[in-house]
Amino acid sequence: MAGISLDGIEKAFGETRVLKGVSLAFDPGAFVSLVGPSGCGKTTLLRIIAGLESADRGRVVIGGADVTGRRAADRAVAMVFQNDAHYPHMTVEQNIALPLVMRRLSAMERAPFLGRLVSGTGERRAAIRREVEEAAKLLSIDHLMARRPGQLSGGQRQRVALGRAIVRHPRAFLMDEPLSNLDAALRHDMRRELVDLHRRVGVTTVYVTHDQAEAMTMSDRVAVMLGGVVLQFGTPREIYEQPSTIDVAKFIGSPRINILPGEAGAEGRISLAGQATDEVAPRAAGPLQLGIRPEHLALATEGLAVTVRHVEFLGAEVLVYGQTQTDGTPLIIRLDPAAWEAAPSRETVRVAPLAGRLLAFDAGGHRVGLISAAAARQVQEPAQPVVRVPRYV
Amino acid sequence: MIPGSNDRSLLADLPRLAILSLLGLLFLMPYIWMVSVSLKPLDEVWRASMSLIPETLAIDKNYGRVFREVPIGRYLLNGAIVCAGILVFQLAFALPAGYALAKLNFRGRETLFAFVMLGLLIPAHVPAIPLYIAFAKTGVLNTYAALIAPSTISVFAIFMFRQFFRAMPDELIQAARMDGLGEWSIVWRIIVPNAWPAATAFAIFSVVAHWNDLFWPLIAVSGKGDLATPALGVIYFRTEEAGDDFGALMAAATLTTIPLVAAFLLAQRRFIEGITMTGLKG
Repeated sequence: MAGISLDGIEKAFGETRVLKGVSLAFDPGAFVSLVGPSGCGKTTLLRIIAGLESADRGRVVIGGADVTGRRAADRAVAMVFQNDAHYPHMTVEQNIALPLVMRRLSAMERAPFLGRLVSGTGERRAAIRREVEEAAKLLSIDHLMARRPGQLSGGQRQRVALGRAIVRHPRAFLMDEPLSNLDAALRHDMRRELVDLHRRVGVTTVYVTHDQAEAMTMSDRVAVMLGGVVLQFGTPREIYEQPSTIDVAKFIGSPRINILPGEAGAEGRISLAGQATDEVAPRAAGPLQLGIRPEHLALATEGLAVTVRHVEFLGAEVLVYGQTQTDGTPLIIRLDPAAWEAAPSRETVRVAPLAGRLLAFDAGGHRVGLISAAAARQVQEPAQPVVRVPRYV
Repeated sequence: MIPGSNDRSLLADLPRLAILSLLGLLFLMPYIWMVSVSLKPLDEVWRASMSLIPETLAIDKNYGRVFREVPIGRYLLNGAIVCAGILVFQLAFALPAGYALAKLNFRGRETLFAFVMLGLLIPAHVPAIPLYIAFAKTGVLNTYAALIAPSTISVFAIFMFRQFFRAMPDELIQAARMDGLGEWSIVWRIIVPNAWPAATAFAIFSVVAHWNDLFWPLIAVSGKGDLATPALGVIYFRTEEAGDDFGALMAAATLTTIPLVAAFLLAQRRFIEGITMTGLKG
């Protein structure tokens, strides 16, 4: 188990700058996701940690040791690839054993017939076989040992890939979208299994995915990447509730966050699409973009008028798709089925944001802090005691 | 399958099969004629009325003469040694070279590959005279080495393996690197075992070409050496032993083709797999 820290990683392929100075630190034993749309540099970053690519600038430190210039094989990390990377001519057992065979046996001992003559080879081979079996049992693939990768299903193959990673007892697991080639049901099961496996093995895991739901459900911490930079690094809850930029807010969460035009008026009082709210932006003025998650909108007697376009009943919740009547901005509202039943009208509803749930972003997309109007008054009211500065001169 | 549908499809296939059979026969005709002549006595060969089936068999006379007068077994053995030697070296050079050109990133890789491709444009006959002079001066003429060495590097094989390896996923090789395999281990443990279909297809092209090659053995082996390859052996036999005894000559020719025909029949399925997979045509 080892922490990983990245320090100012930059990488360009020709003219394209893929990574523009990424610095991150992952705690030992943590499950960390790198998430972002395709082309954001997350896979390149993972490959730089693995040693399959070299960074143009910056340092990679694994377990306190600077491994920037070291070969992939010498970094003691294991990688699970998106596509099938099994050796098609070897059985499952041989596939899992190969990393151990390459590390523990000399070239002489690996040779097909000569190996038998070197003393001690037999014991070492037996030890390898035991460890391979152990790893296979952990992943419940011990009944598939004699098969070849071509005879396995997608899920079984990913398990073999995990087995190959686990058997080495690496300092970190690196996973590059390992579930993206599986069907939806299997992906869901494997997600849970991976988390479970991580808990049992306890090895630092860096998990690359473009699926925000995967990142949110599996990770201790998530790094949201876009255009070669890390926009935010935090726990899933922080990322969801306190996104640092509008891009993070839009990328994380399903259904998507609602973005509405707003304005900070006199004393920073926020209005949402023309409707006054109870929020104040102490350090902003002028037009803002306001984000509000679908579940943070509630039906209200007065508030934003929304024309309902489409309703999805999902059992535990109802998703109402509509448009604001002021400027036609699309809006999604996530409601409790009972609340929707109680709505006075099914064509036009009035909604208001829950207190303290509004997220404000400035023209550059950066988060603007909001406080409630009551809190704002408290900040202003206490009179500043006038400090007299004695004049000595 | 339902028997009725099978019959119907056979009937529908009949015109196609007829055309294919006719073309097949046309291509086979020289070979069949060779076998036929090798079975006939000489007077029947020269008869104006041509017939495929010999009236009197002269197997003993024709084939017997070949076995009595030339060391045909030796020629076949020479052919096997030369072809095997060439093939082993060709694979030993072309597999790593193809891997390097397909999967390793190094400066000038594309330029190097362009030079390899240029090599495809040079006919085998162009370097024959310089090679002959070099071999004569170093005294390696009339050896197996002289027969094998010029063909050990096959540009075609490098090209073919490079194309084949490019289709292999990069992740396979990266996984191997992370598993602690060096580049040589990757080639011999991962790449080569998966290159068998391509290697088999190439092996057949190579063996057929060098088994039947007359040009270079004729230059490299002089006199009535014991090093003659099958094709060269037939030539010797024609000029020195058989004269105009075409029956015996055809018997010798038939004998030299038997190993190839046998090998092809045994490896037929793999041969066709290999060719369809690489998208190459003879």
